[in-house]
Amino acid sequence: MADESTMTGKDALSRRKFLHESARAAAVVCAGGVGLVALARQSRALPANALRPPGARAEQKFQAACVRCGLCVRDCPYHTLKLADLGAGPAHGTPYFIARDVPCEMCDDIPCVKACPTGALDKSLTNIDDAKMGIAVLVSRDTCLNFLGLRCDVCYRSCPLIDKAITLEERHNQRTGRHAILEPTVHADKCTGCGKCEKSCVLEEAAIKVLPAALARGKIGEHYRLGWEEKKKAGGALVPDLIEMPKRLPGISP
Amino acid sequence: MTAARTIVARHPPKSAAIPGRAARARHGWWTANRFLVLRRAAQLGFLALFLTGPLFGFWIAKGTLASSLTLNVLPLTDPLVLAQSLGARHWPEATALLGAAIVLAVYLVLGGRTYCSWVCPVNPVTDLAAYLRRRLGIARGGPVKSSIRLWMLAMILIVAALTGTIAWELVNPITALWRTLVFGSLFGLWLVAAIFVFDLFVVRDGWCGHVCPVGAFYGLIGRAALMRVSARGRARCDDCLECYVVCPEDHVITPALREGHGPGPVILSGDCTACGRCADVCPERVFVFTHRFDRTLDAAGADGPGNTSMNDLCTDGGQR
Ligand code: SF4
Ligand code: SF4
Ligand code: SF4
Ligand code: SF4
Repeated sequence: MADESTMTGKDALSRRKFLHESARAAAVVCAGGVGLVALARQSRALPANALRPPGARAEQKFQAACVRCGLCVRDCPYHTLKLADLGAGPAHGTPYFIARDVPCEMCDDIPCVKACPTGALDKSLTNIDDAKMGIAVLVSRDTCLNFLGLRCDVCYRSCPLIDKAITLEERHNQRTGRHAILEPTVHADKCTGCGKCEKSCVLEEAAIKVLPAALARGKIGEHYRLGWEEKKKAGGALVPDLIEMPKRLPGISP
Repeated sequence: MTAARTIVARHPPKSAAIPGRAARARHGWWTANRFLVLRRAAQLGFLALFLTGPLFGFWIAKGTLASSLTLNVLPLTDPLVLAQSLGARHWPEATALLGAAIVLAVYLVLGGRTYCSWVCPVNPVTDLAAYLRRRLGIARGGPVKSSIRLWMLAMILIVAALTGTIAWELVNPITALWRTLVFGSLFGLWLVAAIFVFDLFVVRDGWCGHVCPVGAFYGLIGRAALMRVSARGRARCDDCLECYVVCPEDHVITPALREGHGPGPVILSGDCTACGRCADVCPERVFVFTHRFDRTLDAAGADGPGNTSMNDLCTDGGQR
């Protein structure tokens, strides 16, 4: 009897110890989990100068899909892609490139996308001209040589989609009064974000930069309708009987 | 029941300060170190497969332990990373799914935590810490439950689901170290240095034995895995306790070694890393590699290891 009572006492003690230890373990792991969530949230945004490989899904989806294997990096023949070290900016271990260092050469066969085992790089991208790694923006109109009235044109000439993704738009040079300014102008719908322009910009700090699409591009509200396009779609004016309004011009009395 | 363990845990016997000495004296250096040597060779070998490409331009295996492609045909993907990806609500492409299935199948045959002791690059580091700890006589350290790693495993899957990202890969020291070794990124070194210090000064076998969720995951596979270690010669055991000293998961030994403490001589616990170090250091050659359904026991008084197992493939082959 006495034996039994001591046994139960011991049992209770060890059970208490067990519960105590389990609670401690759970607390430590929870703290770790909170830290990991915080780190994951912090790593969610891509820094402005870091670009994802062609075909990369939107950043959030990309971070759900990419296992950080580096196979895309290995198959990039130009050593464009790197795996991010912690603190490099992009989420630790994920592939990225910095256009000003090594831009994407827009390989016809897109080996990086082919190499990706997970679908983080979307295989439905089969024509590299459809890639959307980012969008070039002429960020510095006051230092761009073309904007100063010179004929640099280097970014324009280096673009693999010359005259589609980037054009030179002519404008009168107010300063000299008799020359033209040829503005390098990026067309966001065509630009692949390869970064050749940024890489080639002759300035010490590039005047044209490729930014992630989320930063570079505005988005009109879902409910907006462009009248002229609706009209085209409908094959005629959408509002049938427009009321002729009286003309109120100075000098003409109604 | 835990008497033996408690003794080892608190006061390692003098003779066991350098485990393996007796085995070496009786069976020669190779027999006393064969699995250790084979394991280091395997670890270096796997690394070499990934390094011939970057170093010599001859590609055998590309990628990392998270996902790789060998000889341009064999895809392998870590099932745990893929599970996190699924948790983050991404349905991976066929290549990754196939790769994970292959890895899963291989470890179901070869014993789950075989990954830990034969492949994982962190293992030599934690082994070194454990070795130094023994040599420096550092006590076992604070009470940390080894079930914490199962909590860790649950936690990383939950965090993946919560954040919609493979969050654990931000800090996973295993893949980070692999990237350090084959891609040259540096952060993995810091993580592994932290693990080394933790294992050396805070808790014995702290990382692999208590915290690492990857080990916990492979441990779950190990619970059903075919290849196992068996204390087939347990009748010969003379209680020198050297196996307990070297085993990174010493709680797995008792149920197999001590009659009446478990269902039989086979170490069924998924925690066993199949490192084979117990087989190395045991002077009585009690332990052998076999399959989980092998219940054979050496008769008391028989000497030497059993003759019918895989063990023969890897042992001294006729030195006796
Ligand atoms: S398209 Fe070619 S250059 Fe560009 S990232 Fe892919 S592999 Fe590298
Ligand atoms: S190949 Fe795919 S999964 Fe691997 S690092 Fe590149 S993007 Fe990520
Ligand atoms: S990033 Fe520059 S070079 Fe590349 S497509 Fe766009 S405009 Fe052209
Ligand atoms: S290369 Fe630079 S300076 Fe030259 S036109 Fe383009 S943006 Fe301007």
